[in-house]
Amino acid sequence: MSRLPILWTLAWRNLWRNHRRTLIMLGAIGLGSWAMIFMTALSRGMVNAMVEDGIRALPGHVQAHHPDFRDDPSVANLIGVSDAELTESLTASGLAHWATRVRVPAVVSSERESRGVVLSGIDPDRERNLIFVDYETVEGRFLESVDDRGVVLGRKLAEELETRIGKRVVLMSQDPDNEVADRGFRVVGLFDAETEAQEKSYAFVGKETLKTMLGIGDRVSEIAVMGDNYRDVEPEYRMLIAAVDDGVEVRRWYELDSYLGTMLSVTDGFLVVWVIVIFLALSFGLVNTLVMAVFERVREIGLMLALGMRPVDILGQIIIESMLLLCVGLIAGNLLAWGTILPLADGIDISAVGQGMEMFGAGSVLTPKMTLQDVVLANVVVLVLGFLASLSPAWRASRYDPVEAITKAS
Amino acid sequence: MDITLRLAWRNLWRQPRRTWLTTGAMVFSNVLLVFMISLQFGMYGLMIDNTLKMLTGHLQVQAPGYKDEQKIRQVVPDISTLAGTLRAELDSNRVAARAAAFALASSADRSYGVQVFGVEPAYEPVVSSLPGLVREGRFLEDPDASEIVIGRVLARNLRVAVGDELTLLGTGRDGSFAAAVATVVGIYESGIADMDRALAQLPLGFFQDVFAMQGAGHQIVLEAESLQAVAVLKARVETLLPSGEDLVVHDWDALQAGLKQMIQADISSAFFMYAVLVVLVAFSVLNTQLMSVLERTREFGIVMALGLTPARLGRLVMLETAMMGVIGLLFGALLGGLVTGWFSVYGFTYPGLEELSSMLNLPDRMYPRVTFASLMIGPAVVLLFTLLSALYPAFRLRRLEPVEAMRAV
Repeated sequence: MSRLPILWTLAWRNLWRNHRRTLIMLGAIGLGSWAMIFMTALSRGMVNAMVEDGIRALPGHVQAHHPDFRDDPSVANLIGVSDAELTESLTASGLAHWATRVRVPAVVSSERESRGVVLSGIDPDRERNLIFVDYETVEGRFLESVDDRGVVLGRKLAEELETRIGKRVVLMSQDPDNEVADRGFRVVGLFDAETEAQEKSYAFVGKETLKTMLGIGDRVSEIAVMGDNYRDVEPEYRMLIAAVDDGVEVRRWYELDSYLGTMLSVTDGFLVVWVIVIFLALSFGLVNTLVMAVFERVREIGLMLALGMRPVDILGQIIIESMLLLCVGLIAGNLLAWGTILPLADGIDISAVGQGMEMFGAGSVLTPKMTLQDVVLANVVVLVLGFLASLSPAWRASRYDPVEAITKAS
Repeated sequence: MDITLRLAWRNLWRQPRRTWLTTGAMVFSNVLLVFMISLQFGMYGLMIDNTLKMLTGHLQVQAPGYKDEQKIRQVVPDISTLAGTLRAELDSNRVAARAAAFALASSADRSYGVQVFGVEPAYEPVVSSLPGLVREGRFLEDPDASEIVIGRVLARNLRVAVGDELTLLGTGRDGSFAAAVATVVGIYESGIADMDRALAQLPLGFFQDVFAMQGAGHQIVLEAESLQAVAVLKARVETLLPSGEDLVVHDWDALQAGLKQMIQADISSAFFMYAVLVVLVAFSVLNTQLMSVLERTREFGIVMALGLTPARLGRLVMLETAMMGVIGLLFGALLGGLVTGWFSVYGFTYPGLEELSSMLNLPDRMYPRVTFASLMIGPAVVLLFTLLSALYPAFRLRRLEPVEAMRAV
């Protein structure tokens, strides 16, 4: 153990014997690790925003429905238990953010146009932290109570319908007997959303008003629950299962929207591949550098061995040299990444390709997100694989025969 | 063989392991670049084709403003006649007229909001892939029959089969109440959830009756020979439009603005990745060539003392690099071509691809498309940067003083 400090000193000094080579290599490692972290932060930022928006559009981390509702989201598939009973058991369940809602497909007509929408009857007080609409930025006003007689539409939908706040629209859907259920509503608010698709496809009315219009008594179609962390929704999932009875299907968000769930896992996988690819591109240079460093010092290494240094110390010395090189490069790369991501904290405006991003389901502002987990991943991959890559040159150096090595012509 | 050439070749193999490691870095990046670029080319082509084939077509004639607002009264008047004129003038049957509206479709026990298209049964199959995707029953035949073709998911949700009747409720062109009963004659399956869930097609004549269109429609879809021929066709169609009518021609770029933008977004993120790879290879080459020049300082001093000019030595170093680069290019393109070629025949998939690709109108298996360009672009750029990175070591030679150099350790 007492030999370690000497090996460190030797390794460090050896590194700077050929400062040009070391600097070039540091540049490569710095650039590589910067690219790893920067790219990771960008994709992370994009996918996080997508998933968060997607969950708010669902909405919720966990939902419960009638077992047939997801395939056939109609008024015929309501939850068997009454809203009052659900409210009671959900209040007792310990879940923090939840809401019950009525959700049906509908056609909305102004005097000029008709469009298909998802019509949601909601409780505005309970939904505040759940749905994607920000109450404060709604033009006009958002719904005020479950009995509100107005309707809130997306801005784009209102444009297409040629309607505006204060005008009336007719909402048409079906009641449980498949008779047309329709009712006039006054447009009271227009909301803005991340994507045009959301602005076009949702309409919100008061929950009780919709129940009356559809003639469904005190029944709802959906329970939505929001937890703290979308990566771990198991506690909410279990609490919701405990709170509702068996006739209800409870699903996590990544089961409800498999595209979002897939996006998250594919991104996780892609980022690991990216980090490894960059490392491999680096590794050729790294091994090359070490091979050269050993090659130049064959005689010196022979002399050390002849003087009694143990092969394992030679091995250690080369590995320490490689690790020092990687560490210094990584520090530079990490700092550079932090320095380039920090100024972008407000997001990068990519609205030039906004409609393209919308096809992915992403918004038009890209905010890089540097997470500890990703930074650790990049650094650990570089250090571990770097260690493995330097084993071979180091092993070779420690196996030299002292006599042969000393007499080797350079 | 020229003496410089021979010298360069021999110098390259004085340190075989180093040379192989450096070319290895090139080959690695080249294989990756060939694969990725071929994949992108293949994917973009498919994405454009599949998306446009579904409904959009290459060109559409519309009323101004219809593209963004899609209001039922923004019409192309007397649309069948105009479509007929275009077919005759262009001597092509890849022209089809359509009308579109929203309606509430009701079966005996369900109602859903859908987008309904009125289409010309004779010409729609020429410009759209949807009629070919009818899996049950048949596509529309009679332009005036009260028939309807719907998607698989819609049929399931409405609980109807071929032969059942649907009631349609909507708003007509003049704001009047539009209602009709139509028989389901076909059920199509596109694999794209939105299309299978919320789209229905009626014969154009029947549609015009129901929605009080008075002979008008909303879009004339045209298809060109290829994407390259779209601009020419567009100019041609513009001259053929009746004067005095207020009509516009949009190409697919304008109709599907998201498509091109998505490709642009994808290209720019791919470009970033490629750039990083190429620069890393350049670093590797710079390192190797700088080392190889430095360790030969004494040797270079001697040959310079013997009368060799620094310029010629510089050429020698560049030549060595070029040889290494060409080896990297050849092996990279060859190996990349083989790997990519294999996948272009057998395709590949990865977990989750299915969900993602249906979002982008892509098949479940990916097939990269190897072309000469996709094979050479990446390796050529790597070669270029390889040569650029050797400039510094080559130029350093000019500062070499023979006497000092000979004394160097």
